[in-house]
Amino acid sequence: MRLLTVLIVVAVAGVAAFWVWAMRPPVPPEPSRTTVFDRALIARGAELAAIGNCNVCHTRQDGAPYAGGRPIVTPFGTVHATNITPDLETGIGGWSQSAFSRAMREGVSRDGHHLYPAFPYDHMTKMREEDIRAVYAFIMTRKPVRAAAPANLLVFPFNIRLLVAGWKLLFLDRGPLAPDSSKDAQWNEGAYLVEGLGHCGACHTPRNALGAERRDQSYAGGESEGWTAPALNAASPAAVPWNKDSLYAYLRYGGDSLHGTAAGPMAEVAKNLADVPESDLRAIAAYVSAVAGTPSAARTAEATKTIARAKKDVISDRSSSQPTRGEEIYAGACAQCHGEAGREPAVTALNLALTSTLRMPWPDNVVRIIREGIHSPNGGVGPIMPGFGAVLTEEQIRDLVAYLRAHFTDRPPWDDIGAAVRRSTTPETDQKVDKRS
Amino acid sequence: MMTLHVNGADRQVDAERDTPLLYVLRNNLALNAAKFGCALGQCGACTVLLDGQPIFSCIVPISVLESRRITTLEGLGSAQNPGPMQRAFIEEQAAQCGFCIPGMMLRAQALLNANKNPTEADIRKQLQPNLCRCGTHMRIIRAVKRAAQLMKTAAATDSDRT
Repeated sequence: MRLLTVLIVVAVAGVAAFWVWAMRPPVPPEPSRTTVFDRALIARGAELAAIGNCNVCHTRQDGAPYAGGRPIVTPFGTVHATNITPDLETGIGGWSQSAFSRAMREGVSRDGHHLYPAFPYDHMTKMREEDIRAVYAFIMTRKPVRAAAPANLLVFPFNIRLLVAGWKLLFLDRGPLAPDSSKDAQWNEGAYLVEGLGHCGACHTPRNALGAERRDQSYAGGESEGWTAPALNAASPAAVPWNKDSLYAYLRYGGDSLHGTAAGPMAEVAKNLADVPESDLRAIAAYVSAVAGTPSAARTAEATKTIARAKKDVISDRSSSQPTRGEEIYAGACAQCHGEAGREPAVTALNLALTSTLRMPWPDNVVRIIREGIHSPNGGVGPIMPGFGAVLTEEQIRDLVAYLRAHFTDRPPWDDIGAAVRRSTTPETDQKVDKRS
Repeated sequence: MMTLHVNGADRQVDAERDTPLLYVLRNNLALNAAKFGCALGQCGACTVLLDGQPIFSCIVPISVLESRRITTLEGLGSAQNPGPMQRAFIEEQAAQCGFCIPGMMLRAQALLNANKNPTEADIRKQLQPNLCRCGTHMRIIRAVKRAAQLMKTAAATDSDRT
């Protein structure tokens, strides 16, 4: 009985101690801002916000920039991105510089509540204070938009915000990032941008059961909005290994001639990077190519062969007089642009031996691209890949994808293409919802 | 030999299975409303409806179309007896050279089938994939609005009769 009492006392004391430790005080609101921001600071903030892709999550479809409301679907439920325009009531207009810095570094809202790590403060925490100040200046000089974000729909117990304090204890390494003196300045600047503000690992690193990035598998490939975010490390599925220049071109222009066009969530990233300063983007490319490492001689030789195949005008390689259903679809629907299968390409769309998409561990991306198509690079005008979602049945997509994998790569067949087709047609929904969070 | 279901009728066609639908419509079935523009799914001149959804017939092999419902512009009415979409385009004189118009009408028809009261923004968004070199866009938009009106009037008249 005494033991039980002691246990209860210890448990209560533990909860109380956690509560005291986890609580964060509110930062007093600043209802009437009189700050005048330096023009150069605002301009730098705009560039940094683009590198951070703040607009992608903090803008809902067809909504005003930074006014929030976009649903971010996680395994724990849906979090709605908040309004970060300087509107006093529904945005962050009342946030002081110190409240904003604390949110970026510690994931705590102005009023003291813990923010969910859907907001990648585990990366933002690595930012330099002057860069956070620049982003603040940029955000605070946007047009205030009145728009309250919908309530989050999270499954119990993840709707209890105080638990996020425990998550931070386990997974949040407060910044800043220590420079590596064994590497050059460009690498260090790239590391700073990629590991911090750019938060590339948020999609390209796999996550554990509690939704934190697995540090032992940095850049081994992850997931984003139903798309596979391919590995950026040595496990990269690229047919032709990435290097500084091809990464730079891909990030700057939304595609390059040996890898193809950015699609899915990466298209939005490339659109943002189209206008950032060259030195920042060169640094990012240098760091990511270092993450990928130097390719082996065998890999380089294979890449050379693949490039040679792609450059050849393969117009008479029909497999037999009796083509498979997948090849038949390829010949009639794809070959006009992508070539091969007995047709001369009329335009220079990517030869599919070059695309990473067919060499990934899962077929989700190729299925989505076939169904939805690809829009012009960087959201501009120009040719598109039309979507075939209204044309091809699930079975036909399965046949086509199996053919593409077998014909254009030497990788083993994908197990369950049909499941990927069904995943791509089923909108991600929340099963159990709780409106309290 | 393959059977295609076009404008409500089963049609036998003798063509390679990877032949694009557009070629079969024009060359085998003498349905010449759908036009050959870019042959790359970029311009929309070849647009027809597949199970009610607009598709680029120039990049769709007939092998995938067994037991699917294909609608071409001929399926919306004839010169003697134009359907509401066609009447609206005539009344608004929405064609200049006319090459893109069949595709425009079919993509607009798909919109009106799903949404009887589209806004101008809805119409612009729907027709975005289809290009017109003559610049009749404003007339096309007016024609689609008029078609929506004509279809509502036709539906009202039908229900008065019953």
